[in-house]
Amino acid sequence: MITVQNISKSFGKNGQQKALTDIHISVNKGELFGLIGPDGAGKTTLFRILTTLILADQGSAEVAGLDVVKDYKMLRKKLGYMPGRFSLYQDLSVAENLAFYASIFNTTIEANYHLIQDIYVQLEPFKDRRAGALSGGMKQKLALCCALIHKPEVLFLDEPTTGVDVVSRKEFWEMLGRLKMEGITIFVSTPYMDEASLCDRIALIQNGHILSENTPAELVSAFKSDLFGVKADKMNDARKSLLDLENVDDVYAFGEFLHVKSNKGTVHQKEIFDHLKSSGFEDIEVLKIDATIEDCFMDLMHS
Amino acid sequence: MSSNYSIVANQLTKIFGEFKAVDEISFHVEKGEIFGFLGANGAGKTTAMRMLTGLIKPTSGKATVAGFDIFTESEQIKRNIGYMSQKFSLYQDLKVWENIEFYGGLYGMNKKEINKATAELLEKLELTKEINVLVGDLPLGWKQKLAFSISIIHKPKIVFLDEPTGGVDPVTRRQFWNLIYEAAERGITIFVTTHYMDEAEYCQRVAIMVDGKIEAMDEPARLKRDFKTNSMDDVFYRLARQAKRSDP
Repeated sequence: MITVQNISKSFGKNGQQKALTDIHISVNKGELFGLIGPDGAGKTTLFRILTTLILADQGSAEVAGLDVVKDYKMLRKKLGYMPGRFSLYQDLSVAENLAFYASIFNTTIEANYHLIQDIYVQLEPFKDRRAGALSGGMKQKLALCCALIHKPEVLFLDEPTTGVDVVSRKEFWEMLGRLKMEGITIFVSTPYMDEASLCDRIALIQNGHILSENTPAELVSAFKSDLFGVKADKMNDARKSLLDLENVDDVYAFGEFLHVKSNKGTVHQKEIFDHLKSSGFEDIEVLKIDATIEDCFMDLMHS
Repeated sequence: MSSNYSIVANQLTKIFGEFKAVDEISFHVEKGEIFGFLGANGAGKTTAMRMLTGLIKPTSGKATVAGFDIFTESEQIKRNIGYMSQKFSLYQDLKVWENIEFYGGLYGMNKKEINKATAELLEKLELTKEINVLVGDLPLGWKQKLAFSISIIHKPKIVFLDEPTGGVDPVTRRQFWNLIYEAAERGITIFVTTHYMDEAEYCQRVAIMVDGKIEAMDEPARLKRDFKTNSMDDVFYRLARQAKRSDP
């Protein structure tokens, strides 16, 4: 449904700011595909190329079987795009915004109401309110409705959950799950690593390079090092202390644990425990654990 | 009276029209503590932070920050705190040293103090070579680390951090927290808001706001035990879900 080949893009004088370097991605029909990476990684630039808003310097891309350059007019009818920054008309009401987006695609709110119903019922009590006066969570829901109103084949969502709290984020991903059931292909970007596991497949992006493209499960199983979850009474001191332990590659905070990374088979649970014990730490806990997407991302960033 | 507390709030309240943005919140933050302030969008975090930093006056209640009264001594408060947010941190079209000089000046430092602090700060961040680079040309992670270091350049008693790590890559996010730990070890109190629940674990205590009230406040480990769960995400979700305040 989406094929990206050798896409590169630079900005600035003489193209000195490289935004994307030699990007390859393919997204299957009906897939919920996540582009995961921090701010400045190049996510929005790739979105703009795929939604026909800017041209790549090199490479080619197809969306819904159409070339993003040659067939841009046709393609625009088939894709829905929710940009990262709020894209609605602030001085139009909720209902007016939706009617406007329906009319520019030559359709009506009624024609595809079933697609947005779940989301729109929550907005309906405020349908006469100006979009500019909505909260972040509500704006996000309205923007999603507007991107869906012409029943697109592919939906592009650029950081829909950035700056949104845990409750709204959870709700939003549930909505995406339902849209996927309708057969819509979804290409979504996020800086939150924990959202990666909610996607069918993901691409990790950093500094304009794709670090990996895989299913979340396969990505995690490709993690080559041993990983230990460690707790002790003084976590930050324990982190510094463990960096001195032989064969330990990295130690970093991870929620309530420290993660200790080492080459396979070189460090054992007991060594970590003993090291902390002899250094005077208490309440020590050492577990052998599986990597998360975030561990993988950090690992790939270093290599 | 002036105790080990850096922030003391008693029934602090802010009402806008008929809307109780912050509803009688009371809490203490110890000197050198890393205190996390969590809540869903619209729960009242920003309003509470604005009152504590002397930017808006509370409707009722009492609070002292660094020993100063937020009603009558807001100017002294401003001189004794640092502030950094993800949304607004540094001037993109000024160079690294220009930003440092500007903020140092705002915080009342003289030229000699600023020069000394600039050299130390840049060396620590390994940014010495970038002294003449426009801040807008720095990678986001560097900007955030620079912004934090500048927010404590005048050695404040407390620093307020409003979602300082939003959108930052996972490696830089951890480097950022290492800076926070170092500042806390030097005795600076850290008051921090975040949407990342793993970061809630890095705080000594957290307060969770729901509908303008503090619904839970404790060490992360105790909160998880009380809620019989092993994740802060779950604690937060269960509290925030109860919010009755309509979102818009």
